[in-house]
Amino acid sequence: MVRFENVGLRYGMGGEVLRDLNFSIAPQSFQFLTGPSGAGKTTLMRLMLLSLRPTRGAIQIFGEEASRLDKSKITSLRRRIGVVFQDFRLLNHLTTYENVALPLRVMGKREINYRSEVVELLRWVGLGERVNVLPEVLSGGEKQRAAIARALIVRPELLLADEPTGNVDPAMAWRLLRLFVELHKSGTAVVIATHDLTLMDQFAHVRRLVVGDGRLTVFDPEAI
Amino acid sequence: MIRPDRGEKDGRSQSIVSTDTSLIPVESIGGHALTIIIAIMTFLVCLSGGGATLIADASRNWIDLVSKEITIQIKPRSNEDTDGIVKKIVDIAKRTPGVVGVHALSQLESEQSLEPWLGQGLDLSQLPVPRLIVVTIDGSHPPDLQTLRAALASTAPQASIDDRQLWVSRLNTLADIAVIIATGILILIIVAMSIAIGFATRGAMAGNHEIIAVLHFVGAADSFIAKQFQAHFTRLGGQGATMGGCAAAIFFLFPKLISIISLDLYKSERLAALVGNFTLGFFGYCFIAVVCLATATLTGLISRLIVLSYLDRVS
Repeated sequence: MVRFENVGLRYGMGGEVLRDLNFSIAPQSFQFLTGPSGAGKTTLMRLMLLSLRPTRGAIQIFGEEASRLDKSKITSLRRRIGVVFQDFRLLNHLTTYENVALPLRVMGKREINYRSEVVELLRWVGLGERVNVLPEVLSGGEKQRAAIARALIVRPELLLADEPTGNVDPAMAWRLLRLFVELHKSGTAVVIATHDLTLMDQFAHVRRLVVGDGRLTVFDPEAI
Repeated sequence: MIRPDRGEKDGRSQSIVSTDTSLIPVESIGGHALTIIIAIMTFLVCLSGGGATLIADASRNWIDLVSKEITIQIKPRSNEDTDGIVKKIVDIAKRTPGVVGVHALSQLESEQSLEPWLGQGLDLSQLPVPRLIVVTIDGSHPPDLQTLRAALASTAPQASIDDRQLWVSRLNTLADIAVIIATGILILIIVAMSIAIGFATRGAMAGNHEIIAVLHFVGAADSFIAKQFQAHFTRLGGQGATMGGCAAAIFFLFPKLISIISLDLYKSERLAALVGNFTLGFFGYCFIAVVCLATATLTGLISRLIVLSYLDRVS
């Protein structure tokens, strides 16, 4: 699904912030992407999301060589990827419903065809009663769930979540993680970037991609 | 906070209203200033276009009037029967094919025609005031002036024909200059308006770059994002153009309204005789409507092109 081969990235004339990245993400897999703050987790996520181009190496996304993709192809690949940002990035002038429906709207789907689906998903993430409110009155946990619902509404093949539990209390973090596990069980490959060791320890059997000093190390308990 | 169009105050309503909400927040775009600029520009475009049309129409009317007549001027000579010569020339003119009417001005009428230049109450009987014969011609089958000149030369060498070609040529030049000036003003206004729209679009994009980034991440194509801006700016352009177009329509109706209110029909007729009817006809108002539509469309298109160019650059 995703394959990095000798990938390196530098900004301008500076040194490489990421180097010699070699890893792959299999379909329907579940993994944590971890490392200290500033190690490059978000940058790596952006590489997977095709919003950054590597300065060397090769990235394959869904079997496509990233360096050969034109804009329209990048757009169509992004529609197969769900993304959850640490700072939610909900559009403040749209209601919860409208935010969650956004990916379907940009795909040109008619509202009558997705309305019930969006409402159902909002109920699934526990926002069934917050359909018509604007993000500014949602709590941190509710915003995060709305952001997750927005990422899930297109039934992505790959979900990238950047510190999805960074702004919520431990109880809500656990609830959100259970959501990701449910999603994984339904067939989506999940990558969760986090530096919350406590949270990861609760899923000791899960594969970890550890970023540090610009390099990436893979720990796969099931392979041992 | 619940969106005002969403019903219940606690936001727990299950009813969902159609999601036609603009993805670019309306309040994030400095719309008022742009609307006013577009209104002013549209007003000026209508004014220059309408003004050029009026001048062209008036000059065409003048040309029509001037071209339908020629004047034969007979310089009086001492010891000569000028009235007899006038009569002979009238007969020659009447026999000429293409002439539909001949009117010889009397001595008194000829003298009165000089009053605008010399003033009233002067005794001109001692002056050799030329006699004038006004010949009305058939515009579709005009007379052969060379033949007429030859006939006059043999009968009265002191008679000359003024076919008013000098005036016609000057009026044509005037109409052409008016159209060229109006076109120049139109181009300048379009350039200025495009620059203003460009600034507003770039400002809107800078203020909404987070939204643009999110739209990209959720799989929006550049054309979709550009469409959002285009729709918004077309709406702004439509509002501004309507304001400017209405102001222009009122401006062109104004002289007509004044004449109706003052009921000074005599003055209105004199004004109309000089500059034509200083009001637009049906097609003039159609022109204003077309300008409004074109302005709104142009506003949307320019913003679309700028957004697409920007997105292409940042990618």
